[in-house]
Amino acid sequence: MSTAWLMIVLLAAGTVVIKSIGPIALGGRELPPRLEGVVARLAPSLLAALVVVDLFAGEDRTLTVDESALGVVAAGGALVARLPVVAVVAIAAAVTAGARAVL
Amino acid sequence: MRSLQVSNTRETADEIGAREEASGPRGGSGEPEPIDLKDGIRAGLPLVLPTFAIGTSFGVLAEPEIGALAAIAMSVIVFAGAAQFASVSILAAGGSLASAVSAGLLINTRFLPMGLAVAPALHGGPLRRAAEAQTMVDASWAIANRGDGTFDRQLMMGATIPQGLGWWGGTIIGAVAGSLLGDPATLGLDALFPAFYLALLAEELRDRTSLASALLGAAIAIALVPFTPPGIPVVAASLAALLGLRR
Repeated sequence: MSTAWLMIVLLAAGTVVIKSIGPIALGGRELPPRLEGVVARLAPSLLAALVVVDLFAGEDRTLTVDESALGVVAAGGALVARLPVVAVVAIAAAVTAGARAVL
Repeated sequence: MRSLQVSNTRETADEIGAREEASGPRGGSGEPEPIDLKDGIRAGLPLVLPTFAIGTSFGVLAEPEIGALAAIAMSVIVFAGAAQFASVSILAAGGSLASAVSAGLLINTRFLPMGLAVAPALHGGPLRRAAEAQTMVDASWAIANRGDGTFDRQLMMGATIPQGLGWWGGTIIGAVAGSLLGDPATLGLDALFPAFYLALLAEELRDRTSLASALLGAAIAIALVPFTPPGIPVVAASLAALLGLRR
C-alpha cells in the first residue's frame, strides 16, 4: 500500500476511535447540570478557534496574515448583513482573490 | 447577539423547538411534530454549496499529491476537511507518514469534547452510540446544538447528509476537473474554510457568555499556535467553554 493510502486508512481509523470515545464512555448518562452551560459554549469556543487557526496559522507553527484575512473580514460584514451562507463564503473568496490580484 | 445571527439562512434547533411548542397541544393545532431526520436535512441544506466549494478546493489541492482516487476516497472515509487538508499538505511537503497521520488526528481531537457533548443525545448500546457518533461533522454538530447544553440527534444525523453530498461531490469535481480551475489561491478558495466556520460561529453567539467564550477560545488558539503541534490550539480552546460553568 502506498504512503498516501496508508495515511488515509490510519487517519480514518483514528478518527472513528476519537469520535467513539465520548459516546462509549458516557453511555446514556446525562452530564451534570453544572456543566450544561459549558457544553453549550463548546461550539462557540471551538468554532472561533477554527476560524483564527485556519486564517492565521502558517507552516511550522508560524502566524501569518495574508489577503484571506480581508476576505474573512468581508464575510463577517456579510453575516452582519444577514446574507445567506453561500453569499458569505462567495464574498470571502471574491474579496481574497481581488486583493491578491491588486496587492 | 441576535443581530449577528443568520437565522434567515437556516433553521436552528431553537427555532425548530419553538415551532414544535407552538404547534403542540397548547397551540391547539393538532399533533406536535417531533424533530426528524428531514428537519436535519433541511437545516443543513444552505451549507451544501459552501461545503461543495471547499470540497472542490480540497480535490484540486490533493489530486496532484495523492491522486484523484485517493483524494475522493479520503473525503468519503475520513470526512473531516481540516484534517484532510493538514495531512495531505504535510505529505506534499515531504513529511513522513507518521507526521501526516498524527497532524490529522490531532486536528480531529476536537471530536473528543464534541463527542462527550453529544453523547447523552445518542441512542442504543455502546456500538450503536459509537456508530451514530460517526455522523458527527463540525457543521451538523453545531446545528444540533440546542444552546442549553443538549443536542438533537436527528438534527445532527440529518444535517450530515447534505454535508456529505457537498463534500464528496466537491472533492470529485475538484480531483477530476481541478486542472481546468486553475490555482486555488488565485481564486481565493483558501478563504472559504475560515469564512464557513465564521458563518457557523455566528449562529452560536446566542448570549454574552457565548461571545466571551468565542473571543477567549480564539485568543487561546492563537496564543498556542507558535508553541504546540497543529490541532492542539483548537482542542485547548475548548477550555474557553468553562466560562459557561454554573455557580
